Amino acid sequence: MGLNTTKPHANSLGAMQADFRRWLAEADESAAERLPLADRRGLSVYQNNYRAQLMDCLEASYTQTLALIGADAFRSAAAHHVDAVPPHSWTLDEYAEGLPGTLAALFPDQPEAADLARLELALAEAFVAPDAPALSLADMPDVAWDTATLRLVPSATFLALSTNAADIWAALNREEAPPAADHDGGVRALILWRHDFTCCFQPMDAQEAALLPRLATGLRFETMCEELVEALGPDHGIALAGELLARWSQAGLLRHPDR
Amino acid sequence: MTSPLAPLFGLGLRKPHYHDFLEGDVPVDFVEVISENFMVPGGRPRDVLRRVREKHPVALHGVSMSIGSADGIDRDYLLRLRALADEVEPMLVSDHLCWTRTGGFNSHDLLPLPYTEEALDVVCRNVDRAQDILRRALVIENPSSYLAFTGAEMTEWEFIAALCQRTGCGLLLDVNNIHVSAVNHGFDAHAYVAGVPLEQVRQIHLAGHTQGRELLIDTHDQPVPDPVWALFGTVMRKLGTDVAVMIERDDNIPPLADLLDELDVARSIARNGSPAWA
Repeated sequence: MGLNTTKPHANSLGAMQADFRRWLAEADESAAERLPLADRRGLSVYQNNYRAQLMDCLEASYTQTLALIGADAFRSAAAHHVDAVPPHSWTLDEYAEGLPGTLAALFPDQPEAADLARLELALAEAFVAPDAPALSLADMPDVAWDTATLRLVPSATFLALSTNAADIWAALNREEAPPAADHDGGVRALILWRHDFTCCFQPMDAQEAALLPRLATGLRFETMCEELVEALGPDHGIALAGELLARWSQAGLLRHPDR
Repeated sequence: MTSPLAPLFGLGLRKPHYHDFLEGDVPVDFVEVISENFMVPGGRPRDVLRRVREKHPVALHGVSMSIGSADGIDRDYLLRLRALADEVEPMLVSDHLCWTRTGGFNSHDLLPLPYTEEALDVVCRNVDRAQDILRRALVIENPSSYLAFTGAEMTEWEFIAALCQRTGCGLLLDVNNIHVSAVNHGFDAHAYVAGVPLEQVRQIHLAGHTQGRELLIDTHDQPVPDPVWALFGTVMRKLGTDVAVMIERDDNIPPLADLLDELDVARSIARNGSPAWA
């Protein structure tokens, strides 16, 4: 790092950084040649670090997807992604977001790979979603239900999968062989959330698929009861409202209305 | 207990040791965390940090501020960091003398700067702005590097001295980085130590490295090697102020007891000028 009396390269700092980016992200040799370097031995170190960091991020973010399609196929897809999609955000967490799209494009005959990646991504996002006090069964007697608004905890999100990726995830999570891919079952609607520090997901039946998305913006409990009574009659409607409320509270899906 | 001017000794908080720090009584004066790992809305990372903070002072150490970006500083990033710092009330907020971002591209690697007047102006402007947004002084770490630029108008230590003088920022002296860059670029590590403003040193990092094909690589995956301990001894003999010393290990992470043993070596060198076995 000795002093050099040559005046700085005609590049300004910004131009140098732009060329460095082209070298890292595109392996652009002409950009590397323009860099005003006294010693070029380290160029490959930086490019290796750059690629290794992104590959490690993708492998760590999609362990189940890697297990499903195999390490070689996953790394090949990840390398393709690194070549095609440079990182933009200050957080590496965001870099993982684009991989499901890349997998969908690379494996059109294996949509379960992209579905599984979408599920893994959603679980990772729920893991660090904002905290909020959840409504528990023990809280229920103290809530003014005639005025209460039901809201989902902030981590709750919805996924529509075209395959049995949720079953595949569950099997891999138990370290069991995954079931054969099923592409024919139609859309599987899932709700996914974090209960305390554990991320969960479950399929929604038709009734839940109609109601739960409305809880994302808030639905008065009284309104839900009225709608269920109108659809099912007073006995069944009220019973179902109570059953759903208990089920969702037990699962930690509902935000406490007063906290 | 430590006297007001005695060094503090700490460790980086890493996932394999979360349980030790949360459930045990780890004999450290502080812990350092990677800021970005905790700049998330909620969940377990924030809970871990809150609980560790109840037991120990915390230093926030970032990798994405990019104070060397010619594009300027990322205000959104700094506001998130400020929110974290306001909650944690850290003993220090630090990042690196490097750049990571240009034109919407983020390399996630600590990239080298040319030591020119132009770069110094850019870094000083960015540090000033970051300190304004963060509402606290920054502490800047000397980098390890694998490249040197033509047209350098000053040495790295002159660059750092000017940066500290112009912005009032503190210095995180990474002794391993000095050694790695000294070997890679052929300069005298002791001249480096003599040239940086030691009165501005707030923190010291100790780490290990790996011999690459042609260059030393700053891998943080090995114990602190003898040349780094020796340079640390030199630094501690010259330092006339209190400083927070820590072992930085990011890969091939050993049991916590091994790192605590290494920290004892640092304590011994700081106290006696040499390790207990010497």
